[in-house]
Amino acid sequence: MKSTLLVMNRAPYAGTLARAGLDAALAYAAFDQPTSVLFAGPAVLQLAPAQEPAAIGRKSLRRLIDSMPLYDLEAVYADAGALARYGLAAADLPAFVTVLDPAAQRELQDRHEHLLSF
Amino acid sequence: MRYALLVLAPPQATAVHRAAIGLCEAALDAGHALPRVFFSDAGTQVALDTAVPPGDEPSPREHWQALARQHGVELVACIGSAVRHGVLDSDEAARFERPAATLAEGFVLGGLGLLVEATAAADRALTFGGGAP
Repeated sequence: MKSTLLVMNRAPYAGTLARAGLDAALAYAAFDQPTSVLFAGPAVLQLAPAQEPAAIGRKSLRRLIDSMPLYDLEAVYADAGALARYGLAAADLPAFVTVLDPAAQRELQDRHEHLLSF
Repeated sequence: MRYALLVLAPPQATAVHRAAIGLCEAALDAGHALPRVFFSDAGTQVALDTAVPPGDEPSPREHWQALARQHGVELVACIGSAVRHGVLDSDEAARFERPAATLAEGFVLGGLGLLVEATAAADRALTFGGGAP
């Protein structure tokens, strides 16, 4: 078994890649792979609370992210700098998300065998 | 060394596909194993048989098909993404009552489990078309 870190880079509703990344993360967890997820750059907006994408005919990615613990996926991280840039506070995030500074993100990458980037 | 590839870019991103195919050829020529390439999101459009790129532009689809023919690489398009992009095999065309199958020869549709299986067995996993926007 290989440990896999999935790095999310895209804003939630610009295209469909954000959703594809989350689906992949849930698949890795569902197949009992050691799985971690890092939200970086505009992808931290996927974590924003009270998303109401029904107005544009989309489903809430935050609700999908909130379901991650049901897949035993709780190794979920967010980039501190991006959170600050996009005006999100730790209190806005799901309780299982850990905020990481750049050094901790490098350490996170180093301890995974595979990195997939969305 | 055993490789697995995930391709997310649409075929119009010809430079991304060129880089991915180049890496496959180099790895295989060097004696490495590369049994499966998994296409997801817009990457599944490369398996769309009815897309017609301009005649003077490279066709990533044809290059992937050649790679599959020459080296036996399995080309899997994520079924969930593929049907959104109009890429249907005969089963999906029948299921969704569409007039025709559109999956190009050399590609198959499959679930995300095939991506998980490929990277779990690989020493190196590479993403093409992801990363910073």
